[in-house]
Amino acid sequence: MRRITAAAAAAVPLVLAVITGFLVFYAARAIRFNGIGFFTTNGWSIGNQYANPIQMHGVLAMPGMHFGIVFLLVGTLASAALALLFAFVLGIGATLFLTEIVPGRLTRPLSSLVELLAAIPSVVYGLWGIVFLAPFLARHVYPLFARLGAVVPFLGRPIGAGYGLLTSALILTLMIVPFITAILRDALLAIPAELREAAVSLGSTRFEVATRVLLRGQGRTLIGAGILALGRALGETMAVLMVSGNALNSLPERIYSPISTMAAFIAAQLDSALGDQTGLAVRSLAEIALVLLVISILTNVLSRLLLRASPPLHV
Amino acid sequence: MSEIRRRTLPRSRILRRRLTAAVGWSVAAAAFGVLALAMLHILGLTFLRGLSALGPGIFTRNTEGMAGGLRNAVVGTLVLSGGALLLVAPLGMAVGVYLSEFGRGRFATSVRFLSDVLVGVPSIVLGYFGYIALVIDLGWRFSLAAGAITLAILMLPYVVRTTEQALRRVPTALREAAYALGGNDRQVVLRILMRAAAPGILTGLLLALTLATGETAPLLYTAGWSNYVWHGRLTHQPVAYLTYVIWSFIGEPFRSAHRLAYAAAFLIVVFILLINGGARLILARVFGPDR
Repeated sequence: MRRITAAAAAAVPLVLAVITGFLVFYAARAIRFNGIGFFTTNGWSIGNQYANPIQMHGVLAMPGMHFGIVFLLVGTLASAALALLFAFVLGIGATLFLTEIVPGRLTRPLSSLVELLAAIPSVVYGLWGIVFLAPFLARHVYPLFARLGAVVPFLGRPIGAGYGLLTSALILTLMIVPFITAILRDALLAIPAELREAAVSLGSTRFEVATRVLLRGQGRTLIGAGILALGRALGETMAVLMVSGNALNSLPERIYSPISTMAAFIAAQLDSALGDQTGLAVRSLAEIALVLLVISILTNVLSRLLLRASPPLHV
Repeated sequence: MSEIRRRTLPRSRILRRRLTAAVGWSVAAAAFGVLALAMLHILGLTFLRGLSALGPGIFTRNTEGMAGGLRNAVVGTLVLSGGALLLVAPLGMAVGVYLSEFGRGRFATSVRFLSDVLVGVPSIVLGYFGYIALVIDLGWRFSLAAGAITLAILMLPYVVRTTEQALRRVPTALREAAYALGGNDRQVVLRILMRAAAPGILTGLLLALTLATGETAPLLYTAGWSNYVWHGRLTHQPVAYLTYVIWSFIGEPFRSAHRLAYAAAFLIVVFILLINGGARLILARVFGPDR
């Protein structure tokens, strides 16, 4: 029994090793071709597919072929960072409200309502984004923002149809906020009652207890939860694919601009990348997948170290 | 006679503190309101549009281009996630048993750690891997095998962790009693511990199942799409699934396509809510309201 289950346990490292090894092996030629320019230049082009292949950087490629993913890096980081910012504000606010104001009896059911956000499939968020959120924002909210455009940078017109950076970030916010609320709620509920009582007895208002006593010690927890949530936002595919506007090679100029993210780009481009007879396009997608894999490993390691626990599975 | 001077805070300061509290709590309440409203709106939209899209033929007809029913997709989703569950359940439970009962030292620690890492790997990365490795290199084409194996990888860490946690909740005394009666590892694990932990393990399997039914990215390039009901081939036959209908049909300019997308979203969400609710009930029944 010990031996059988130990052998089974080896499956976990094995699966990860196979995936990593495969991606490294498969992306190797693209890594050689792209070099550091992959991360520092902008523009994804499979070149002239009707010409004869030529040798470039020791690899057979099409004339004009170039893979630089700056637009994906910017889109991915900008949408995830905005989402994380919103998720912190909403998540901390909602959790304090649920643990400190709402009567204890209701805390769990109402928390479940927020944490149900994590159970909704990504593609349903995408559907909601297409059917409701993007048109709604473009019609009623973004015009208000655009009025501020004269003063605040990145807010000016044109607004577009609602598919872009901010819409993606808002949907991502909803998807990652349960990580923050679930982890913070458990941390707050674990705080001994004496601490609260002591603060109240010193004459603090309830709000001061919450912000100056309860939240004070949660820096580490919040950063850990935030990194975990960030990791998920960086790797999210379907919802972003559906509401991001799927920009190709263009950098966002304002918060309404179409973007694309690394994960969404893989899903969007795999089909057409296969048409490339040198195989470099598909292999460059493997390089993106490898970057995503590395990011997900880093964010997980960091959040695990900070939270001193495994991340929650079903928040 | 000395005058007793009561020191009080200046009125303005008290007012300021009260005002801060009022504003702060309003913001907090608004934050909760926004999240709850968004959740309810998503559910409301899915239910209202989904219910009105359900009609005769949804379960009896296949998709015909952008119209028809969802029979092929419903069957495909069940076969894909069911198949993935069959693949992952024995393996994942075995790993969970190892981590909870036998795993000490560096190997167990690293398995636990890597299992957490696997949870965080973006599903499109798994989908890409499945596509290149299984669909192209092994030549399986878009198929049930490629889709189910990719989903199984995705589910593995969930089954591992929930099994481990469920087993850890079994009191040590039970193990001691079982071993004291002369039980060997196999008997203790299979006859005593797995039985005692069954509700928790089952819950974990169910949650992994909901995860699989809601996924799209790992299936896009492994299961493919088909207008026909899956008829029994493991490889070289694409399989339809519900999330594909949502993703693909909502972008089409036809009312019939939208209707199918809403119906598919409704079915997926209802399935997930039912299983989630059921799983929570099992957990609450067995382990008390505090999970």
